[in-house]
Amino acid sequence: MVFPVIAVTLFGRVLPTWTLSLATIAASNGLVALGIVVLARTGNVSFGQGLFFAAGGYGVALIANNWGITDAAAQMLIGAACGGLLGLVIGPLIARYSGIFFGMLTLALSMVFYGALVKTTVLGGSDGFNVVRPSLFAISFVDPREADFMLYAVSVVTTGLAGIAATILFRSEFGLASLAVRENNLRVEYLGISANRIITINFVIAAVFAGASGAFALMAQRHIDPQFAYWTTSGEFVFIAVLAGYQSVSAVFVASLALELVRSFSNLYLPNTWQLVLGVFLLAVILFLPRGIGSLWIRQRRKSAGVSAETSAVEEGAPS
Amino acid sequence: MNPVLAVRGLEKRFGAVVAADALSIDIAAGQRVSLIGANGAGKTTFVNMVTGYLKPDRGSIALDGVHIGRRSPRSVARLGISRSFQVPQLFIELTAAENLAVAVSGMHATTLSLHSPAEAPGRRDKAIELLQRFGLANLADRPISELAGGVRKLIDIAMALVRRPKLLLLDEPTSGVSAEEKFATMDRVIHAVAPDAATIVFVEHDMEIVGRYADRVIAFYSGRILADGSPQDVLRDPEVRRYVTGGAR
Amino acid sequence: MYLFLTIVLDGLIEASWLFVVALGLTLVFGVLKILNIAHGSFYALGAYIAATAVTIAAAHSLPPALGFVAMLISVALIASIVGLLLERGLLKLFYGRDEVVLLLVTYAVFLILEDTTKLIWGVNPIYASQPYELFGNVEFAGLYYVGYDLLLIPAAAAIGLAVWFGLNRTVMGKIVLAVIHNEEMSVSMGVRVNRVYAGAFAFGVLLAALAGALTAPKISMQPGLSSDVIILSFAIVVIGGLGSVEGAAIGAVLVGLARATSVHLMPQAELFMIYLIMAAVLMFRPEGLFKRETARRI
Ligand SMILES: Nc1ncnc2c1ncn2[C@@H]1O[C@H](COP(=O)(O)OP(=O)(O)O)[C@@H](O)[C@H]1O
Ligand SMILES: [Mg+2]
Repeated sequence: MVFPVIAVTLFGRVLPTWTLSLATIAASNGLVALGIVVLARTGNVSFGQGLFFAAGGYGVALIANNWGITDAAAQMLIGAACGGLLGLVIGPLIARYSGIFFGMLTLALSMVFYGALVKTTVLGGSDGFNVVRPSLFAISFVDPREADFMLYAVSVVTTGLAGIAATILFRSEFGLASLAVRENNLRVEYLGISANRIITINFVIAAVFAGASGAFALMAQRHIDPQFAYWTTSGEFVFIAVLAGYQSVSAVFVASLALELVRSFSNLYLPNTWQLVLGVFLLAVILFLPRGIGSLWIRQRRKSAGVSAETSAVEEGAPS
Repeated sequence: MNPVLAVRGLEKRFGAVVAADALSIDIAAGQRVSLIGANGAGKTTFVNMVTGYLKPDRGSIALDGVHIGRRSPRSVARLGISRSFQVPQLFIELTAAENLAVAVSGMHATTLSLHSPAEAPGRRDKAIELLQRFGLANLADRPISELAGGVRKLIDIAMALVRRPKLLLLDEPTSGVSAEEKFATMDRVIHAVAPDAATIVFVEHDMEIVGRYADRVIAFYSGRILADGSPQDVLRDPEVRRYVTGGAR
Repeated sequence: MYLFLTIVLDGLIEASWLFVVALGLTLVFGVLKILNIAHGSFYALGAYIAATAVTIAAAHSLPPALGFVAMLISVALIASIVGLLLERGLLKLFYGRDEVVLLLVTYAVFLILEDTTKLIWGVNPIYASQPYELFGNVEFAGLYYVGYDLLLIPAAAAIGLAVWFGLNRTVMGKIVLAVIHNEEMSVSMGVRVNRVYAGAFAFGVLLAALAGALTAPKISMQPGLSSDVIILSFAIVVIGGLGSVEGAAIGAVLVGLARATSVHLMPQAELFMIYLIMAAVLMFRPEGLFKRETARRI
């Protein structure tokens, strides 16, 4: 699993600059979406991951500007910590909600944060503020191409590691219990397991991923504003997660990359239609691939590997 | 000897409906008790209250002398009461073995491992062993959604056994099973359950089953206990014959 | 004292159009159990169509009052058709799926409508302010108000009463209520749920668009309008309780007052305030102020 991560990282050396930054954003968005997928396995869809995305971004930006921490790896960790801490506060509070209420509450909390950011003038209000270019291990990158590659490498490696961690998580005892919570949380409780605790832990993991991703988005744009927390930002992350389905980690990154490609092409050739394309795309996926694009290759794996039938059944769960 | 379960003056209303009216029941270790009563008599409500799903309006429930009337289903389960459901409560998209694996991991740890694989040998073996007891090992890797209602009921009961409960409550274990198969099913259940649970309360509508498998019968009628005693006595009781077993059945 | 009165009046003016939007949202949820993210887009659609209608009316030098009526009629017509087409042609395909899936479907519709409005009306702000002067200015307890604004309050109240009356006092309304409260039962009693769905959705769209048309003269129409409105109306229906008409009214008044208060006392805090209220309501009464929680029977 580690090999593809290294390969993709090195591949960045031969990519043209515009693809590099596109891939960086794709990896970073994919990380948030991966968190949504982790959480969605408990049956709860968060429409407010922008909250943790923004928390990570603002946390990193403030620390960078005040204490001069510009190291990309450190910034990633700070972002993850900011997201995770906030997740730890909010997770236990909202774990008891489900379905639409869970979605609405996460959305509400992210909008509270958005509203607070907009009116906080020391943080630049709705205009936000700028941060300096990140360094890595005390090396500063003056050549923009090198800087882009550095960011690409850090985000791909981080996202790749997160993907590996998620794969292990999905196959674990905890991962199975998470699916059980989605299927029937009452029975989970009757088995002596706390469904709320399972939801909370998954929620915190999702928040950590979103926080780290916020750090990458900040490093890539070198600017932050409340839009990070706005609900349409969160909506895009959910979009990627739905596109991917919750069965396969790699599908999340494929979906994220697909989204970025569609975005840049439609921006280039068909201005003001990219949301339209997205909407149609989303409808088509929900209609024809209700389990996401991941189901395209997961189903095949199940057929080909008899022994692992059980694992893929976890992932697939055939419809009746 | 102290009873395993001691219920005193239990009351529960849903609006104007009285689902439990001053229920007092002691259940001794090793007893096999059958709850009978027409639909709506309050049998499931009783099971729901004993397992913490519904909070009684009044009264107390004690398990081995520990008061459990205000506890959650999770905490009651940990203390040693398990149940099956009238409508099986399973993880529909997971396989039979996975359903039981979840139950097994819930028993062993309070914190579930984030990395140890779900189908680790120990857990899977235990899951298969349980399925085997019910004669279902061949269905281990089939998702529940592909399984018939009768099989689901058995898996639902198997899930309840994992904790080796002090008290096992079965809500209509043979409902949905055809008349000819009822005895076979109940036989299977009683044998499969025996190694893990000695004290059993089961809700049952078929009086032949009740007569054969229960050593005590409690008849419910609109939230009240109509009769409580040996199967012979209760099934012969004129009030029970009039309100519970008589006529249609 | 003036400040207080201003806040109350401003709040009620806000509440009036917000109520009309939220009413549509809550009815659609009540009947179809869909939380419609695209609802804000129908509001925007109504506002844009109103602008076009007003412009056309002015170009044909119709008297402003006639233009205003023409605008309302055209918005109502187009919105009902759009609503019917969407429900029959699209939403229907997803019935029976998870409520979150349906939420995503409406999110897709939101995305599509977002760009569709841009393609039709462009990205620059457009205005439809002619009708705004229709009713002159009014002095009220020493405060000067635009008559149009003040008239929004009785207009919204009339719409609310009409809907309430229609639901509670007509046969059709009772059928709708039956579907809201117990769909299975109403199916077994021979209600043709499909028609109720289509009608309710189209009516929800109509209300959103009508609110858009009514506010069009007061605002500038530009991209982003729909996402701001949906976020407000979400807050309202969640505060009041999803599916509840009375709840939508109370929620709208609360949100309207919160907005007006923050505009006058703490500018820019409005979204913060509104969402704080919503989050607090969700925390303490997840089913909203007007609904009771029901446990699942096992
Ligand atoms: N959650 C509930 N809400 C309202 N009424 C209920 C609920 N659960 C049970 N009841 C009512 O309580 C009575 C007893 O029901 P129940 O215990 O399910 O009966 P039984 O299991 O004996 O058939 C019935 O009248 C039923 O309608
Ligand atoms: Mg029952």
